[in-house]
Amino acid sequence: MTAVPEAQEMVDPVPGAAAPHLPAQPELVQLLTPEGERVEHPEYSLDVSDDELRALYRDLALVRRWDVEATALQRQGELGIWASLLGQEAAQIGAGRALGPDDMAFPTYREHGVAWTRGVDPLQVISLFRGNDLGGWDPVATKFNLYTVVIGAQCLHATGYAMGIQRDTADAAAIAFLGDGATSQGEVNEALIWAATFDAPVVFFCQNNQYAISVPIERQSKVPLFRRAAGFGFPGVRVDGNDVLAVLAVTRAALARAREGSGPTFIEAFTYRMGAHTTSDDPTRYRLADELEEWKLRDPIARLKAHLSRSGKADAEFFAAVDAEGDELAKHIRSGTLDMPDPAPTEMFDHVYAEQTDEIAAQRAAFLAYQEGFAQ
Amino acid sequence: MTTLTLGKALNTGLRKAMEDDPKVVLMGEDIGKLGGVFRITDGLQKDFGEARVVDTPLAEAGIVGTAVGLAMRGYRPVVEIQFDGFVFPAYNQIVTQVAKIHARSRGRLPMPITIRIPFGGGIGAVEHHSESPEAYFAHTTGLKVVAVSNPADAYWMLQQAIACPDPVVFFEPKRRYWDKAEVDLGATPPPLFTSRVVRAGDDLTLLAYGPMVKTALQAAQAAEDEGRSIEVIDLRTLSPLDLAPVEESVRRTGRCVVVHEAQTNLGLGAEIAARVTESCFHSLEAPVLRVGGYDVTYPPSKLEEEYLPDLDRVLHVVDRAMEF
Repeated sequence: MTAVPEAQEMVDPVPGAAAPHLPAQPELVQLLTPEGERVEHPEYSLDVSDDELRALYRDLALVRRWDVEATALQRQGELGIWASLLGQEAAQIGAGRALGPDDMAFPTYREHGVAWTRGVDPLQVISLFRGNDLGGWDPVATKFNLYTVVIGAQCLHATGYAMGIQRDTADAAAIAFLGDGATSQGEVNEALIWAATFDAPVVFFCQNNQYAISVPIERQSKVPLFRRAAGFGFPGVRVDGNDVLAVLAVTRAALARAREGSGPTFIEAFTYRMGAHTTSDDPTRYRLADELEEWKLRDPIARLKAHLSRSGKADAEFFAAVDAEGDELAKHIRSGTLDMPDPAPTEMFDHVYAEQTDEIAAQRAAFLAYQEGFAQ
Repeated sequence: MTTLTLGKALNTGLRKAMEDDPKVVLMGEDIGKLGGVFRITDGLQKDFGEARVVDTPLAEAGIVGTAVGLAMRGYRPVVEIQFDGFVFPAYNQIVTQVAKIHARSRGRLPMPITIRIPFGGGIGAVEHHSESPEAYFAHTTGLKVVAVSNPADAYWMLQQAIACPDPVVFFEPKRRYWDKAEVDLGATPPPLFTSRVVRAGDDLTLLAYGPMVKTALQAAQAAEDEGRSIEVIDLRTLSPLDLAPVEESVRRTGRCVVVHEAQTNLGLGAEIAARVTESCFHSLEAPVLRVGGYDVTYPPSKLEEEYLPDLDRVLHVVDRAMEF
């Protein structure tokens, strides 16, 4: 007799807060330990200057400041919703800073850190969550596609874009961001098949933050996510997603591999969503406080700060300056949000098509006439 | 003038589009070596290479989703969905992505994608091979939808759809693929999103598109033998609708009947009836009537002759309209 099974632990879990009793996962690429100790990895070396280390710290600190401010703005009723990146800063900054100027990024709706590295103004991202815009920024100029809310749909876009790069024989790559939940989507699996079949220059960067809203990774996969790549016929690698240096090194290598024509790579950045899924979520209903405490010990920013401090690569003055810059950024975000003008009502008619139809033009005119009726 | 089947006219149109624009890329299942199950892409991979005529893995969402990415990179993908009933795995990409990206990006990311779908019944096929899903797409803002009925339109409208900066869902009447007609390859075609009077008449306006245009014309001929003069309009464009010629006609005839293979409930005929009633209310001698498929699951092929509107069913409804 069969019965409905309980959700099981994965066949080969890695150390996470959900399974702290398990041994360390040897395949987890790490260059900076949670204690801030710089370590080497046989396959992924990283030559990084002190200036670059400080710049990475600045990125991490500023996107967290942005995130904190956006969450506050939502709580004060200024944003409809906010999808926090808290805890995933290193995964996003590491991946974003690995990109070259000609590479194209395809985000989900949480890649604020990557947006930052592509020069997108935080206010442009905020305009989406405030309800002022459906997009927010110029995806062509920034090489950072618009956010994609339908889970996983962007993986096919990235793969198709990469097929275009191939046809242009350009020295570039595409990178698709996805979460652990997205790996269950059929379209994501189709993207992996396409990328493998055509050796497309695309990197699949999966932030495994352990939860798809409330559903733990065990409900999405019985094997570690990076192992799935082998089944599609290309390399998969698991990196400590809270280690900005390891993410940078692994993503750089994957992008280089794509650009040189060796095909796709699947990166599983093992991390943790320290906040809620969005401001509408209540994570206390599905996870224990202990788990969060466990992950706080692996905080992506604290470990780089520890490294910079102990090695003397940054002093108190530097950290104070970054904090001050964060406060300025928060002011920019706050005042910019409050001052953000509502969109003109007619805008909803204006970009449905490249070639406007008579029907929508007529509806626009009727709408204007209707509105003017109130003015009189 | 060249005599072409509708299928060959599509093939010739695709070839011309590929010659005119190196960014045109064809993708689909079995479209390369095989030339497509209906041979619409016959010979194109041989002449344009595998980078421009791509035999894809077997997954429709993958075909349309990668077309989105190619369009973002400046290409003009033309994708073939093998059969009408197989478009639904791609429905998510078409409705949530293809249709919205232009608006979401405020025009920075045009989506010049052509989605070719052989549609309709009458070929004795098994299930999922005889459907008419056009209303789903016509209802979706951001898409444009056309249906061709004859070889000349097939040749021109396909090239126009590919050149269109907006996504076009392009319906091909699969049971008419083998119909032949003279095509003037040097002609100047009418604009893509226009309907066209294909037979003049005074007593009633009969609207059809795709495979039903031929049926409508046959019905008009039969009615003439009985002394009735029926005007037939080939709608050609389903979204946006071009109803100006329809309204001009209905104001003269006072009667209007819409024909399509798709189920009648909430089909194109419903929207057309609503609009024609509103715009021609004072000219109408009868309600706008519809002839369509019954609101049933598409039947096994032994019953499709009963399911599909044919000459007699069209004339039966024409009689009802005339007797009002």
